[in-house]
Amino acid sequence: MRLPDAEQLCIALAERMRPGLHPDTALIGIHTGGVWVAERLHAALGLKILLGTMDVSFYRDDFGRTGLHPQLKPSEIPFEVEDRPVIIVDDVLYTGRTLRAAMNEIFDYGRPARIDLAVLVDRGGRELPICARWAAQTMELDRGQNLQLERSDNGKLTLRMVNA
Amino acid sequence: MKIHVKNGHLIDPANGIDAPRDLFIAAGRIAGIGAVPEGFSANRIIDASGLVVCPGLIDLSARLREPGFEYRATLESEMAAAVAGGVTSLACPPDTDPPLDEPGLVEMLKHRARHPNFAHVYPVGALTLGLAGERLTEMAELHEAGCVAFGQANTPVVDTQVLMRALQYAATFDFPVWLQAQDPYLGKGGVAHDGEVATRLGLPGIPVSAETIALATLMHLARDTGVRIHITRISGAAALEMIVAARAGGIKVSCDVSINHLHLSETDIGYFNPHAHLVPPLRAARDRDALRRGLAEGSINAVCSDHAPVDDDAKQVPFAEAEPGATGLELLLPLTLKWAVEMKLPLGRALARITCDAAGILGIEAGTLSVGATADVCIFDPRGSIKVSRETLKSQGKNTPFLGLEVPGRVRYTLLDGHMVFENGRP
Amino acid sequence: MRNPQLNKNGELQHLLTIDGLPREIITAVLDTAAPFTEVAEREVKKLPLLRGKSVFNLFFESSTRTRTTFEIAAKRLSADVINLNISTSSTSKGETLLDTVDNLSAMQADMFVVRHASSGAPFLISQHLDAMRQEHIHVINAGDGRHAHPTQGLLDMYTIRHYKKDFTKLTVAIVGDVLHSRVARSQINALTTLGVPEVRVIGPKTLLPADVEKLGVRVFHDMRAGLKDVDVVMMLRLQNERMQGALLPSSEEFFKYYGLTPDKLERARPDAIVMHPGPMNRGVEIDSAVADGPHAVILPQVTFGIAVRMAVMAMLAGN
Repeated sequence: MRLPDAEQLCIALAERMRPGLHPDTALIGIHTGGVWVAERLHAALGLKILLGTMDVSFYRDDFGRTGLHPQLKPSEIPFEVEDRPVIIVDDVLYTGRTLRAAMNEIFDYGRPARIDLAVLVDRGGRELPICARWAAQTMELDRGQNLQLERSDNGKLTLRMVNA
Repeated sequence: MKIHVKNGHLIDPANGIDAPRDLFIAAGRIAGIGAVPEGFSANRIIDASGLVVCPGLIDLSARLREPGFEYRATLESEMAAAVAGGVTSLACPPDTDPPLDEPGLVEMLKHRARHPNFAHVYPVGALTLGLAGERLTEMAELHEAGCVAFGQANTPVVDTQVLMRALQYAATFDFPVWLQAQDPYLGKGGVAHDGEVATRLGLPGIPVSAETIALATLMHLARDTGVRIHITRISGAAALEMIVAARAGGIKVSCDVSINHLHLSETDIGYFNPHAHLVPPLRAARDRDALRRGLAEGSINAVCSDHAPVDDDAKQVPFAEAEPGATGLELLLPLTLKWAVEMKLPLGRALARITCDAAGILGIEAGTLSVGATADVCIFDPRGSIKVSRETLKSQGKNTPFLGLEVPGRVRYTLLDGHMVFENGRP
Repeated sequence: MRNPQLNKNGELQHLLTIDGLPREIITAVLDTAAPFTEVAEREVKKLPLLRGKSVFNLFFESSTRTRTTFEIAAKRLSADVINLNISTSSTSKGETLLDTVDNLSAMQADMFVVRHASSGAPFLISQHLDAMRQEHIHVINAGDGRHAHPTQGLLDMYTIRHYKKDFTKLTVAIVGDVLHSRVARSQINALTTLGVPEVRVIGPKTLLPADVEKLGVRVFHDMRAGLKDVDVVMMLRLQNERMQGALLPSSEEFFKYYGLTPDKLERARPDAIVMHPGPMNRGVEIDSAVADGPHAVILPQVTFGIAVRMAVMAMLAGN
């Protein structure tokens, strides 16, 4: 299967999002791939509010099974969440569990005006009632397939399929 | 009952025998060695092929916990442990409850112990009333009741004037005094050797000087009073050197070491193993090595089990709060053999330390297979071994730092007064 | 002998002591603690990691301060916290330490935070739990006798790393009553494991344990010599009861020779940090001018302590 070009998808995603933005809108990228995409979007959209990043490990629902991830990154939310429109940015939308964790975490910083979701790829397979407002690409993948975003040493983003 | 023990390897250190010899027992005594005595016809023949036949073992310290601590052990349980370990005579220290400080208590103990299947019991009477270190006991009366020596178990006499008088009084009657060298202040609150391990584990320490200072006091008083003194459970290299020097200076002093101190050191406390909480404390490896050499050379006269059965409740508490002591009657032979093997000693020399040499300290006619002697005999398989476990130990106390280990030597038969009291036919 | 704090996979099962803990695990705790520090600045200072878990603070020796820090850490992780102050008098009424543990295990405890006056008590508890096939219950040593106070040691390492970055170039001095100090033992173990090239202990001979140099430290009795060019000064608390008896003549003399004063601190490097596990005895082991001065990082220690304890609890609960 030919995978779409990730850099192109970022540009397309930014263009789709542009009409829906408010001057106070803030982006929060989810570690790790979501942060890369959010950085692209933040630059392309010329947002003034600093980019937020989030490691949702503390809020994951599989902690009891898998324990704590060894390389945790601190969440950095450099703006007031209270009453602000927030867009969560992730690379691939799959079961929706990461997004649930991310939304829980955002509420621990305050009550946002609204939360939207922007992703590069919606690959289907949802286990929670979560839907992206913007997805640059949609595709149906089997359970065993795992779509990942990677960043090369020169900073170029590419999508790669990993068979589990 | 006439018993013929044939095909065995007989070791009788008292008589310098270490050779294949048959043993003949009649009327509770040794009737002959080697050749069949005239007119002897055996009721029972024991085939001791591959086994060692030696005098019944003598343990210089075994707590039977009666009277007063029957929840820890009883005569029945501990005597079963003794004969299973080949021990046919034992001295019991006076730290019962109440302590052995009255003739009536000693008589009662002797009476209770008078059973054909029970090892011979030799009580060590209390040197001071209640072991409190204040008033002397009626030593002469206690001696008549059956005490072979006088001591304080693990409780030192604090007042040196009382100590001197007690030694003078014992010397008057030529009673031996058995004392442990423990300064009452230097080791106060201590539960482990004051060294690297105690420092690492944060356990209050007992310095070496707690033993040497008390020993110096005892040696001076022994010289001045002329008392026959036996130092029980020495723990350090420095103490051993002092005893050797005191002896060279003409002081009548003997000493013993426990099987625990012969094999273990402070590091065996591991992660707070309460079974390694002992009095005196396990000291450094170099101390243990000095004790092992001292026992081999004879500067330490005997090794004993220092048997102290402790109930689980008193051990399953933090290390410092745990009741000190370890069960040992069944380990006296195996751990003596283990030491002998590791030190490459002839078996006879090792067995002397738990037979004739120990008998000498006790001042009893035992620990030998001389013709005419009481037929207390231990027959063991030197190539066999026992696994030390809660299940295999007959003692009511399951507390020993050797739990889980395989130790050499398996007792096959124990005879007491020529009467079979323990038999374990399976190798 | 297997390290009783690690599970079969070599992961942390209990935190009992820093002695023998692999360097990677110590580093992992410090790394994990970093993101937890940020939680304190949020509107909702709570993470759901230990939601539905019961943490029992089992204090056989009272310590409001230590208990509170564990309580805050557990509550920020959304655990249910049950505080039990079990005085020794109630255990002497017949219920043994292990009876208490069995009872609480039957109440579906998930974690025991244990403070006990006897060295080794948390080992006894963890060994008992493992023997009773209650391996899902984790034990954290919150200070046992003179033996160990591993979370204090870890939070001290977090503090040092925060200010000094690299352990392998430091000279650290630990000053005061090392003999009775579980904190000092845990600090020494952590510092040596993390590769600090020179750890010094400073104190009178009555307050230093036997063979302390075998723990990998240099011994100084002269505080001015011992503080020369050090990067970190770790003061220990001197318990008031040590003043009675024969360990020390008076608190005044102790302060004069072993109290941290500005002039003694001048011997250290200009950027040296001063630490104290608290509560401080001002005028006994530390001068107020130092405790409140620019070198002191005593309050950050407290803040970091919460994050480090959260990290330890989260790691244990996940293993």
